[in-house]
Amino acid sequence: MTDIDATFAAADAADETATLTPGQVFRRRMFGHTGFLIGAGLIALIALVAIFAPLLAPHDPFAQSLSTRMLPPAWVDGGTWDHIFGTDQNGRDYLSRLIYGTRVSITIGIGAATIGLLIGVTLGVLAGYFGGWVDHGISFLLTAQLALPGLLLAMALVFIIGPSIWVVIGIVGVLHWTYYLVVTRSATQRIRNLDFVAAAAASGANPRQIIWHEILPNLFSSIIVIFTFELGIAILAESSLSFLGVGIQPPTPSWGLMIAEGKQAMFYRPWLVILPGVCLFLLVIGANLMGDGLRDITSPEGRNE
Amino acid sequence: MSALLEIRDLSVALPLPAGTLHAVREVDLTLDRGQSIGIVGESGSGKSMTALALMRLLPRGARHGATRLAFDGVDLASLSDAGFAREIAGPRIGMIFQEPMTSLNPVYTIGRQMTEGAVSRGMLSAPDARRKALDLLDRVGIPDPETRFGQFPHQMSGGQRQRVMIAMTLMLDPELLIADEPTTALDVTVQAQILDLLDDLRRERDMATILISHDLAVVAERTDSVAVMYGGQVIEQGAADDVLHRPAHPYTQSLLHAIPQVGGTPARLSAIPGTVPSLTRPPTACVFAPRCDHRRAECVAQRPPTRTGASGHAWRCVLETPPRSGRGAEPLRAPPTAANADIVLAARDVRQVYTTRKAMFAAKREIVALDGVSIDLHRGETLALIGESGSGKSTLARILLGLAEPTSGEVTMLGRPVAALSPVERASFVQPVFQDPYSSLNPRRRLSEIIERPLWLRGEHDAAKRKAAVDEAMDHVRLPKRLLHSYPSQLSGGQRQRVAIARALVTRPEALVCDEPTSALDVSVQAQILNLLDDLRAEMGLTCLIITHDMAVVHQVADRVAVMLEGRIVEEGPAQRVLASPESAYTARLLAAAPRFEAVPDRLEVAQ
Repeated sequence: MTDIDATFAAADAADETATLTPGQVFRRRMFGHTGFLIGAGLIALIALVAIFAPLLAPHDPFAQSLSTRMLPPAWVDGGTWDHIFGTDQNGRDYLSRLIYGTRVSITIGIGAATIGLLIGVTLGVLAGYFGGWVDHGISFLLTAQLALPGLLLAMALVFIIGPSIWVVIGIVGVLHWTYYLVVTRSATQRIRNLDFVAAAAASGANPRQIIWHEILPNLFSSIIVIFTFELGIAILAESSLSFLGVGIQPPTPSWGLMIAEGKQAMFYRPWLVILPGVCLFLLVIGANLMGDGLRDITSPEGRNE
Repeated sequence: MSALLEIRDLSVALPLPAGTLHAVREVDLTLDRGQSIGIVGESGSGKSMTALALMRLLPRGARHGATRLAFDGVDLASLSDAGFAREIAGPRIGMIFQEPMTSLNPVYTIGRQMTEGAVSRGMLSAPDARRKALDLLDRVGIPDPETRFGQFPHQMSGGQRQRVMIAMTLMLDPELLIADEPTTALDVTVQAQILDLLDDLRRERDMATILISHDLAVVAERTDSVAVMYGGQVIEQGAADDVLHRPAHPYTQSLLHAIPQVGGTPARLSAIPGTVPSLTRPPTACVFAPRCDHRRAECVAQRPPTRTGASGHAWRCVLETPPRSGRGAEPLRAPPTAANADIVLAARDVRQVYTTRKAMFAAKREIVALDGVSIDLHRGETLALIGESGSGKSTLARILLGLAEPTSGEVTMLGRPVAALSPVERASFVQPVFQDPYSSLNPRRRLSEIIERPLWLRGEHDAAKRKAAVDEAMDHVRLPKRLLHSYPSQLSGGQRQRVAIARALVTRPEALVCDEPTSALDVSVQAQILNLLDDLRAEMGLTCLIITHDMAVVHQVADRVAVMLEGRIVEEGPAQRVLASPESAYTARLLAAAPRFEAVPDRLEVAQ
């Protein structure tokens, strides 16, 4: 088949990536993607802070000292280097509370977003793949969920079950699956009609194998984007619940709770809100950058290479 | 009189993440009033980009430049975008696009879309515009224009929409009409009508036309001159008759030889090896050199000079005299099948009815997709199933593959009813090859995973055995091993179709059902795939059912033909007989509508 060998001689020069092993391509893309590196760096940093909180915190986050209440950060007049970020209304060291708060915020963010993901993606794929009555039923569930006032429901549930971090994670997660469902359902409907799904069926694949092997990998990029987005939403939802008094219970430090507590003094002690706000911002932006980066790195086309 | 359109040294560059893509380079075109020119080329040759650059419709970020771009003596480069939109686009140059399904706005009536342009420009009053629109609808062959005027696009067929598009373009009486693949999305019989209409309108109105097509046969019949594009350059240009019947450039010659013919004895197609080059680097050599049969040292060392022949015939080639190459006369490799071979796949009285409802509680409507179809597939033969869109051929293919269950009737594989077979048994007997190589491969899986998947599903858990089978399948379809870890997006259309065939072959099925396996591919790649199917039949004794709308493909590959119309088989018989003397009127009509061009001298020599 000399003519066909020549066929690919021409194509050879063009695609150099084909000669690299998959691992090399992956590493090259990963280290070539600035957004991913920044995002992953931020997330790694925040995760390390959460893990080593007891070693990093200069003070006990629960120790109150009424004589040193509302101290400003060290770089503002009246601040001391003993309390670099100042103290809160009860005279607790703000830096230590922020460091410990990382644990709660990361746990709630990742936990709740994961629960939402499992519920939403499962329902979305089932609705999109099977259609018909399954789709009608799941769409009804979606409408019902969207019609419920989420915060009110969360408050009621927390009130009935009793507040704890795990209850908050569970409830925030159970209330945030709608985006996953909407996106994965329509994507599944589209992918389901593509020829490679028919080819798999013609090779004897059953629906479970088609969903796992053919459909889910193609949903990966949209799921990642929603996950990073829901991560931020979940942390903010926790702060709303905490603000209303049904979320994380004081004195446990959490960024949301700290923003909520700081709100009372926001106008003359703005750092009480700004500092946890900045932490939250860094976590969410880090998660978003990392999510976008992962999407680009793992996509076969390798966008933004 | 100066030329109506003059393009000198047009270039278009698209910035891509991987580098700048020079989609069009050094294109010169001249067109007189009332003349027609055809721009022909395979995908990626830059033919559409040339037209889009002229209309300022290039994708965002694309840059174009030309030493001269003049329309009727007006230098287009001197016009602002707003001035161009007001003066030129519409009233002087009209354009129609490939996809009639998406080029009309679905929420406005036909009438409103047609009159809008003329009225908003103040060229016509609303009643005048309406009168003119009705006249034009009548002229382009839309029956009952009064009713159609108030209808929405979804109430019309694809061919009617394309007619409406043409009428809409003519509302402003352009002097130049650009048609970018106007019939590619349409059925053959409709294609012929639309092309005739365009041709008549051109003569009537003394309107210049640019007809862009990948189909040489379409262009051959309808234009005065032809420009053949390859790799962003016009490599040959001249009168249609000269270019198509006395092609001088090796590429044009190979392209003509790669097209399957309706007449004569089918022989191996002369496929052009290789794929269209990537255009990110500036050319230092002939763009066609890597795929050329007549390549010499000079071809890669320098850019080829432009050579001229009689009456404006020009081509870019190193060779001083055009090479003479005949169509390959190698016979097909697959042996003819014995007439009494046993039946491996059969459908009996298959009826498929779809029930739909417009809303949850609305009345049911029944659509009959297949109406009592019976078909037999004998061992080792190739049966072609032809018909236009909506005739039920793809539905039948799904049923034969066991992917759908018919409403009534029975499908048997090797004498056993398909319902009694397990999915895995069915899979090891018959496999599909689909039309669109872009949607038939999972974009998230590597080639090795895609090809070995059917084995895994069959329960082959020994990785080494799977690997051996994948290697063998890659050999069968002539794919190099280094592509094993690539993703489908890194492959060309033809390579993807090979992967799809490799996946179908890896479990060593007895039959293939190919649904339009080459209609999404370029002519030169189509020739590679058709030759590959011939090889596979010879090597593996495959039984094939090929669904197609292309008569020439039928002639090339099929032993027998079945013609479908509205869910029924209207004619069935040996391919040679059906193509030579069709019995049903519908088959005759299909044959008559198929574009063809015969009188290529050296081809006739070969045939004799």
